[in-house]
Amino acid sequence: MADRLLEVRDLHVAVAENEILKGVDLAVSKGEVHAIMGPNGSGKSTLANVVAGKPGYTVTAGDVLYEGESILAKLPDERARAGIFLALQYPVELPGIRNREFLRTALDALRESHGEDRVGVRDFNKLLEAKAEELGLEPDMTKRNVNEGFSGGEKKRNEILQLLVLDSTLALLDETDSGLDIDALRVVADGVNRFRGPEKAIVLVTHYQRILDYITPDFVHVLIDGRIVRSGGRELALELEERGYDWLREEAQTGAAPAA
Amino acid sequence: MVAEKEPRVISRTSEVESEYKWGFVTDIEMDMAPKGLDESIVRLISHKKNEPEWMTELRLKAFRYWMTLEYKEPRWAKVSFPPIDYQDAYYYAAPKPKEDAPESLDDIDPELIEAFNKLGIPLEEQKKLTGVAVDAIFDSVSIATTFQKQLEDAGVIFCPISEAIEKHPELVRKYMGSVVPYTDNFFATLNAAVFSDGTFCYVPPGVRCPMELMTYFRINAEGTGQFERTLIIADKGAYVSYLEGCTAPMRKTNQLHAAVVELIAEEGAEIKYSTLQNWYPGDKDGKGGVYNFVTKRGKCAGRDSKISWTQVETGSAITWKYPSVILQGDNSVGEFYSVALVNNYQQADTGTKMIHLGKNTKSTIIAKGISAGKAQGTYRGLVRIMPGAEHARNFTRCDSLLIGGECGAHTVPYIEVRNPTAHMEHEATTSRVSEEQLFYLMQRGINEEDAQYMIINGFCKAVFKELPFEFAMEASQLLKVSLEGAVG
Repeated sequence: MADRLLEVRDLHVAVAENEILKGVDLAVSKGEVHAIMGPNGSGKSTLANVVAGKPGYTVTAGDVLYEGESILAKLPDERARAGIFLALQYPVELPGIRNREFLRTALDALRESHGEDRVGVRDFNKLLEAKAEELGLEPDMTKRNVNEGFSGGEKKRNEILQLLVLDSTLALLDETDSGLDIDALRVVADGVNRFRGPEKAIVLVTHYQRILDYITPDFVHVLIDGRIVRSGGRELALELEERGYDWLREEAQTGAAPAA
Repeated sequence: MVAEKEPRVISRTSEVESEYKWGFVTDIEMDMAPKGLDESIVRLISHKKNEPEWMTELRLKAFRYWMTLEYKEPRWAKVSFPPIDYQDAYYYAAPKPKEDAPESLDDIDPELIEAFNKLGIPLEEQKKLTGVAVDAIFDSVSIATTFQKQLEDAGVIFCPISEAIEKHPELVRKYMGSVVPYTDNFFATLNAAVFSDGTFCYVPPGVRCPMELMTYFRINAEGTGQFERTLIIADKGAYVSYLEGCTAPMRKTNQLHAAVVELIAEEGAEIKYSTLQNWYPGDKDGKGGVYNFVTKRGKCAGRDSKISWTQVETGSAITWKYPSVILQGDNSVGEFYSVALVNNYQQADTGTKMIHLGKNTKSTIIAKGISAGKAQGTYRGLVRIMPGAEHARNFTRCDSLLIGGECGAHTVPYIEVRNPTAHMEHEATTSRVSEEQLFYLMQRGINEEDAQYMIINGFCKAVFKELPFEFAMEASQLLKVSLEGAVG
């Protein structure tokens, strides 16, 4: 398919000796929002991290294709410049590096790889402050060190700020909703919806369906014990909300075929 | 005519890729004393500089004392080096002037001017660095000082110390040796006997020095020891910001550099002293490089005075230096901000001493050590609160960053408190560039090498922000060059 952006094929991933993903298939096209749901420890974050190229994981079988090409041999920064963005579950603090320098360096790296000029410092700072305000962040936070002394909510909003500024193509959001109160959740969801578009795709990893009230997914996948056991539409998330994950786990164990 | 704005100091390093780019040798005729050291050499040095009798006597006194030390250097620091043959070195080397004494730049060998041009320190009138007065020192001899006129108008004396001995003997006699006496330590004693030149600066009462002052030290001749003497005095209510930069050619043999720097801040005065030390560090196998054994000390003599040391030490095979402050005046402030980077086989044992004598005296120490390759870095610091220092305060923070698995970082803080009202804080950390941080930066599209430098720069930020802007830019470039091959 021409607009196929991400394709995960029979992906097996181990950490040390433990197999975390046991054959995951996933196809994401431009314009789509996919939610990956599942209980703790099912491998949701692993999937997002492996697509982004985080070290520490061993792919034992399968492949990950982005825009039709395998990316498993690519470094994280190459994947990022190709358009993959991972909003971290636990954003890292970077002492002595100011938010604005960090983001400007990242944006310049991106632009240079596309043969574009570097961004002007003043223009960039203006743009950044405007975007920060949209996300309910103090304009002042752009001058603070990255995530240093940020509250949990500020850190998550800062991730979305980065997504909007870098304007990536594929957003992997790893539990961006966790730890947010309802107001912050709404702001973050607004940001994600602003990013959403026919040229973009979103893979939203979440434990709860709460965020899906604000970001309506096109597809919902349930990941249990390293396998996608069921895929469906928006209504699947609601069913999960009602019934929990156990019935699906039992089904998976008894070998019932997952719905297409 | 409007002078074109010159590229600032930073141009010196901006094009650097790898290796030590300051390693060139200038071919120039030298006037050298015979090898070795005895009273006749000391007299010869003094004679070459047309010094008055009192100065010759001071040198001889130091030399005789030095002989009683029986060539035994202090060996307590965590650095190791083979015995130094002090008789197998030259103690005086000066570029031969075209005429007798250079009256203007026209009398200076063009090779010399070219050497400084290569270092990014133009001395010609039309090219001078804007806003920075430079004293250029080549193999222990001051060859030119820029912006003399403007400084004179402000009443600031900024000249080679040899000139100060001749023209301002009352100031030199009053202050030289008042902070670092000739008996202070082996290298300071040696320096007192054989120092060849250096910088003198005096800022009169109430004057704010109108520009940054800079000395650029260059070792060129092989097998010569370099012994500068720097003396800076800020009289009552005066302010001065002083910078020094240093480079040397790549030589297979080790070169000895034993300087002494004394600062005196009178009542209400402030001295800001910044160093970018980039002497030749030796090659990747640890061959060659400068032995940098330096004594730097400041005295906050008057009330409400302040002395601030900022250093970025990336060069030298061995660095042994502890820029210190004696806080004598009540309410005086001492600061020490340091980044010390060692790579390959470099060794650095550096830190500070804050000696609190006056009431309400305050000191701050921020030391950042970076070790890479097979190098060893040590922070060694002393904070001493004397009985009369009521309500003294100190804050110390030492952070070490390790790159790779074969280097070492050591922290040796000494704290002596003899007054119960003292308030002391000490923090220390040792860390590595974390995988998590690296991934985070790379995930945003920044390549691994740049990501590493961003993290290392961030680590040094608290020190770099104390440097004048151009120096801060250069310092961060210098880190990059010095870590070539260790990261990425």
